[in-house]
Amino acid sequence: MKLIACINHVPDTATRVSIGADGKSIDRTGVTFVLNPYDEFAVEQCLRLKEKNGGEVIAVSLGGDAHKETLRKALAMGVDKAVLLKDDSPRDSFAVAHALAEYAKAQSPDAIFFGKQSVDADDAAVGPMVAELLGMPSVTVVVKMDVNGTDVVAEREIEGGREVVATKLPAVFTAQKGLNEPRYPSLKGIMAAKSKLIEEIAPAAVPARVQVTAMRKPASKNPGKIVGTDVSAVPELVRLLHEEARVI
Amino acid sequence: MADFQGVDYFNLDGLLSEDERMVRETVRNFVDAEVLPIIERHYQAGTFPVTLLPKMAELGLFGATFPAKYGCAEMNNVAYGLVMQELERGDSGLRSFTSVQSGLVMYPIFTFGSEEQKDRWLPRLADGSAIGCFGLTEPDFGSNPGGMITRAERRGNEYVLNGAKMWITNGTLADVAVVWAKLDGEIRGFLVEKGTPGFTAPEMTGKHSLRASVTSELVFQDCVIPASNLLPKTSGLRSPLMCLSQARYGIAWGALGAAMACYDTALSYAKSRIQFDKPIAAFQMTQEKLVGMITEITKGQLLCLQLGRLKDAGRAKYTQISLAKRNNVYHALEIARSAREILGANGILGEYPVMRHAANLESVKTYEGTHEMHTLIVGEDITGFPAFQ
Ligand SMILES: Cc1cc2nc3c(=O)[nH]c(=O)nc-3n(C[C@H](O)[C@H](O)[C@H](O)COP(=O)(O)OP(=O)(O)OC[C@H]3O[C@@H](n4cnc5c(N)ncnc54)[C@H](O)[C@@H]3O)c2cc1C
Repeated sequence: MKLIACINHVPDTATRVSIGADGKSIDRTGVTFVLNPYDEFAVEQCLRLKEKNGGEVIAVSLGGDAHKETLRKALAMGVDKAVLLKDDSPRDSFAVAHALAEYAKAQSPDAIFFGKQSVDADDAAVGPMVAELLGMPSVTVVVKMDVNGTDVVAEREIEGGREVVATKLPAVFTAQKGLNEPRYPSLKGIMAAKSKLIEEIAPAAVPARVQVTAMRKPASKNPGKIVGTDVSAVPELVRLLHEEARVI
Repeated sequence: MADFQGVDYFNLDGLLSEDERMVRETVRNFVDAEVLPIIERHYQAGTFPVTLLPKMAELGLFGATFPAKYGCAEMNNVAYGLVMQELERGDSGLRSFTSVQSGLVMYPIFTFGSEEQKDRWLPRLADGSAIGCFGLTEPDFGSNPGGMITRAERRGNEYVLNGAKMWITNGTLADVAVVWAKLDGEIRGFLVEKGTPGFTAPEMTGKHSLRASVTSELVFQDCVIPASNLLPKTSGLRSPLMCLSQARYGIAWGALGAAMACYDTALSYAKSRIQFDKPIAAFQMTQEKLVGMITEITKGQLLCLQLGRLKDAGRAKYTQISLAKRNNVYHALEIARSAREILGANGILGEYPVMRHAANLESVKTYEGTHEMHTLIVGEDITGFPAFQ
């Protein structure tokens, strides 16, 4: 089985980001970047499929040199090969999908995995776009999957429940939390990843169809109030909910 | 993603390589996800969380600096130190386990063992299928292990051990004990396997410190082991002291982890606890405590990082390791005490890690050479006068 995991390098959700001087992108200084959390499920799923069926797992990321850190994490988790589609210029989702699809086409993979979304721009668009560009079926927000030969039965999360779908490989999947428990990169894996080469490819430029014109922070909320930490605070809490918040 | 964001006031992360940072992140995430949710319960119950061992082995935490041919990660000493830091941020018990397994059991087998001993034990100790312990301290010989009473006697193709060890971490759990005993007056190391007739390892109870760690006695009564269980390259007190240098190095880093946990807890508590209509972090005396903590943590980090780089270059002196162990454990304990004060009554509760770290650090200050012994070691080095007796 040839499996591709498309992975992104995104700001850690625990770090605070601020908007850069251009007003259209985030200020990267002092921001910790990590492997997109949903992409960890994608990498893990590829590794499990490979462990069961044999084959090869390739991790691909589009971005600048900084993305190598995230590719190295995927190598440390156990992927066989890491590829950087090296382009640090801003791209819209279609331009990203285009580059990934071009790369994937040449590989003829059995399956391509994404996280259900990147936690930076939250577009949740690239996976299905790649599927479309390659003429493959796509199943998004996958929480469970069984692969039997080329037959796949997958469960997707839908509002208030689950949907069971069947499809055939080759196909594109986007992973949701719950699909699996991603492994930690082991210390041996990290040391082995050090000596593995990251292949670099320059993707073709694709004109943007969507431009970011501005980025804004949400309106700041009033700070919360701690009324107390035990039972003795209940009367005051009830009074505030009644008189100030007027919700009861 | 780690809940704990690290303590790095001087951008020291920039001095770490990508793989060193990745090693730390792996262990940090492991500690957040697997250790912190269960450790307090184990501490209160006085049990070591053995269920974590297979995961720790899978991560490669045991003997991580040894060669890949034994199934080890073969990483450098700075990465090893960062592992120790993160483990002790969880609990000193886990760091102690790992220090013993790596620095006090795998190290002597690797350094003083025969090829057969290495091939037999190192892969099993690395993958966690065997647990080890290190028996040096005796009831009557702690700071002065050279006076030990435990003896080995050659009898045909065997050795007969008699004596008792005390305060031995992992003793009851261990499949193999590295035991130091006098053979014809010279201190030598021996491997004693669990279940050998004449060898028992009862657990010591009643501890108020390192409660999530097993501490045992080792008792040898005409305990017969094959002659091939002698560690052939051991010679005199220097051999166990070489092991202690390994473990002390890890402790210097580990203490930083405990200090970071206390600082992190105290800082966030101080920002949210309101007294006299203000967060207590807004009072000068609280700030002084917090600033003292971050200052000592930062100095300790620099000390460890440079010590690790020296060790990787083969240039770390045992006296430098003594200085780092002495300094970092001392300040970690002071930080834990200050953090306890900042948390007020909440500081004594198991809901926060502070009291557990403070109690653990009391042991850490004593074992692997007491604070005073390290003073004497560095004191002798800089003055030329030994003041041990
Ligand atoms: C939880 C725990 C786990 C341990 N695990 C292990 C283990 O795995 N293996 C092992 O071999 N040992 C282990 N130890 C033992 C530890 O290394 C000893 O406790 C330590 O070396 C001190 O020995 P002691 O307790 O006998 O104290 P003592 O040597 O009796 O010292 C008592 C006090 O006297 C001071 N003192 C002694 N001599 C001098 C001097 N010349 N000048 C000034 N002050 C002096 C000491 O600094 C100390 O303050 C462990 C201890 C603990 C608490």
